[in-house]
Amino acid sequence: MKIIIIGAGQVGGTLAENLAIEENDITVIDPDGSRLRELQDHLDIRTINGYGSHPNVLAQAGAEDADMLIAVASSDEVNMAACQVAYTLFQTPTKICRVRATPYLSKKELFNTKAFPIDVLISPEQVVTKHITRLLEYPGALQALDLANGEARLVAIRATEGGPLIGHALSLLRQHMPSIDTRVAAIFRKGNPIIPSGDTVIQEDDEVFFIAATDHIRAVMSELQPLQSNYRRIIIAGGGNIGFRLAKQLERRYQVKIIESSYDRCVSLSESLEKAIVLHGNAADKDMLLEENIEDTDVFIAVTNDDEANIMASMLAKRIGARKVMALISNPNYVDLIQGGEIDIAISPQQTTIGSLLTHIRKGDVVNVHALRRGAAEAIEAIAHGDQRSSRVVGKRLDEIPLPPGTTIGAIVRRQEVVIAHDHIRIEPDDHVILFLVDKKRVREVEKLFQVGISFF
Amino acid sequence: MRFSTVCRILGILLMIFSLSMLPPVMVSLLYEDQQHNAFIQAFLMTLGAGMAVWLPVRNLKKELRVRDGFVVTVLFWLVLSLSGSIPLYLSDFPELSFVDAYFESLSGLTTTGATVITGLDELPKSILWYRQQLQWLGGMGLIVLAVAILPMLGIGGMQLYRAETPGPVKDSKLTPRITETAKALWYIYLGLTIACAIAYWGAGMTLFDAIGHSFSTIAIGGYSTHDASMGYFDSTLIEMIAIFFMFTAGINFALHFTAWRRNSWVTYFRDPEFNFYGILMILVAIATIGILYLTNTYNFSDAFFKGLFEVVSIATTTGFATADFTVWPSVLPFLLFLVAFVGGCAGSTGGGMKAIRILLIYKQGLREIKRLIHPNAIIPVKLGNKPVPDRVLEAVWGFFSVYLFVFVVLLLLLLATGLDQVTAWSAVGACINNLGPGLGDVSAHYGDIPDTAKWILCLAMLMGRLEIFTLLILFTPAFWRN
Repeated sequence: MKIIIIGAGQVGGTLAENLAIEENDITVIDPDGSRLRELQDHLDIRTINGYGSHPNVLAQAGAEDADMLIAVASSDEVNMAACQVAYTLFQTPTKICRVRATPYLSKKELFNTKAFPIDVLISPEQVVTKHITRLLEYPGALQALDLANGEARLVAIRATEGGPLIGHALSLLRQHMPSIDTRVAAIFRKGNPIIPSGDTVIQEDDEVFFIAATDHIRAVMSELQPLQSNYRRIIIAGGGNIGFRLAKQLERRYQVKIIESSYDRCVSLSESLEKAIVLHGNAADKDMLLEENIEDTDVFIAVTNDDEANIMASMLAKRIGARKVMALISNPNYVDLIQGGEIDIAISPQQTTIGSLLTHIRKGDVVNVHALRRGAAEAIEAIAHGDQRSSRVVGKRLDEIPLPPGTTIGAIVRRQEVVIAHDHIRIEPDDHVILFLVDKKRVREVEKLFQVGISFF
Repeated sequence: MRFSTVCRILGILLMIFSLSMLPPVMVSLLYEDQQHNAFIQAFLMTLGAGMAVWLPVRNLKKELRVRDGFVVTVLFWLVLSLSGSIPLYLSDFPELSFVDAYFESLSGLTTTGATVITGLDELPKSILWYRQQLQWLGGMGLIVLAVAILPMLGIGGMQLYRAETPGPVKDSKLTPRITETAKALWYIYLGLTIACAIAYWGAGMTLFDAIGHSFSTIAIGGYSTHDASMGYFDSTLIEMIAIFFMFTAGINFALHFTAWRRNSWVTYFRDPEFNFYGILMILVAIATIGILYLTNTYNFSDAFFKGLFEVVSIATTTGFATADFTVWPSVLPFLLFLVAFVGGCAGSTGGGMKAIRILLIYKQGLREIKRLIHPNAIIPVKLGNKPVPDRVLEAVWGFFSVYLFVFVVLLLLLLATGLDQVTAWSAVGACINNLGPGLGDVSAHYGDIPDTAKWILCLAMLMGRLEIFTLLILFTPAFWRN
């Protein structure tokens, strides 16, 4: 696929990196030449120095025969204009655009072929906020994703001492909870994936990914960890876009405090928030954290736009008593370094955003893609089209499907209903199949598996 | 200050006001009470004075400035109450001294309802009508003052209402927005008065009493045509009607307007001031009724109806009476007087410091507590979901302290005239809050106190009505300097 990416910022760069691995022709446009050189040095991509909304620059980038335009420059206006230019001059089929400003986002009628011809709108702040709110719903979870419109969820959790299942085989789960159906999709032990079977023994510190109906998630989690009480007191460090959205969404359900260093921003935050308490100060100010009862705080979330500040503030918070700390970390090099140490959860904005972008890049019948473990693994929701003759999956029992290695089927969503995967289940036409890939290099093979053969047409 | 512009407006005001002497002439002729000459003379004098002021400057059409607004507003009450006192002074029954006539007229126009006249039941109908009418006209002026002028002048935090008032009363020119705003609000005022009059009439008052009392109810004045006030009618139904209309008239007229235009009741409950006003009223009513019942002052039904009526009447600063609350257990008169300090909502015809200011002060208190718990927190004071600028809060505090300061000074002056403590305290409270009846020697009327005391109380009424600053500012040298 020929893809043009406008903007070589953090999202643009990570996107280029992810897509280049999957054998796409990537062209990145950015006015900052040095940033482009940096990308080109370690990625097999083409770069063009210039403004992404200028028609001549787009033409130079090969917009004439591009399949997709992804506008993720820092300016909303540049992004929107680029989509307009690509549509009018080059008839680019798919235009994905990042828009941050809420005043634009709140007017849905702006984004259609008559106004701004944008096919997919992405708003990273919104995605990250949703990601964090999901995590807060499940104390102890490392990641929690909605599958099939929220009917089922995929949750990652670290097995810790005190969980009843630790040291036992997975098959015991069924005996413990006969009424609850769940599927452990993968286990990562010291960073290495294990495809689980009934006799796999769960060890302490395993990272377990499982799928279950939304109502059953808590029960399954309690098998792997001593049950944690619900979060109540939350401190958010950083009152930027993400911090504000987060506080706004959480303030009704939790006791929220938000720390921001700019006085003017504090004033505007305090005016728009209703119940949350806005604190003016430095998030790494120990005295202030102690004054605000950090030792009774359930979750400390650092979401300033400075990675180092987030890391230091959350480490400090953990040291002086916060129960759980989360840090927003943009630099991918830090993420693996940090998570699991003092900081409980490292949130990577690029990875969360890229998940929602990948959906549109995947071929065939893949309708949803979620990046897991910072992009190393992936959960895919694919539709089984066709019939027994044209499709390689329809009508087959799950154990008959020739899945690539490292791939498991976690669940099937059939007419709004979640069916947890078991070997004897047969796939019916139009089922949404949720697959789990421990190695995303296998994505192509999975895509092929779900492509409908010639006879279908 | 542009002297000529002010004169022009004042002249027009006087000429219009002179017309208000004509309805009493009609009433006088209708009831043949022989008072029509006083009113006709007053009409001619006022009209003549108005012409004399207006004619020399009639062709000067210049826009008013904010600063002129202060002068016009003060003169409006000062000059009109002066010309309003003419018929009372000229009339041979009752025989009033000049200070009494002026006190009565000002008390009417400021919708205070403090009276120096006794034996109301025997008074000529035209005089009774005229008193009620003074209150009604005062209420009309008051609405414009409260909804349009004070917010524009920014007195005591009332700039808050600039954005809320129907239509943008935002620029510093007094015309022509005010005319439109005023018209809309007067329709509501008139509508409420008519509804109230019909309700009273239907409930058994004579037509004369019904109209007269509807005037003083909607204006939150408190003048009655009987010495026994509302108690004269001895009808629970009439009392309930009065309670409803007093309460309604104590609500911001701009809110009435918004609710009417949106055609939705919910609008009222979205207004924080209305909620505060309503809840305060209910709490005080419960306390009053409870105390009356528990101390065996009345049986339950009397405690309920009399208690409720007095609470609404005093808390809205109307001043009607169905019972002599001065003989109630001593906590109650004091409580009711304190509630009168809160008064009605801003933008209503009620007096007092206005519910919104007390609400803001209360919220600031809460904020202070929160600040002590979270020293680094930034906590805005909010009304509804809108933050209140600190400038407004400062103005509210300024108003509050000046209000209390003026109260104390007037109290001292009154004590100096030889009144006893309770009388002096309640008289100043009743006048500065535009309530009407006080305690002690002034619980029924103000006829027996010294003339000096009456002049001081006139000042108190004017101060309270003009939200103090409007008047005080005229006494500062800086105001008159160019």
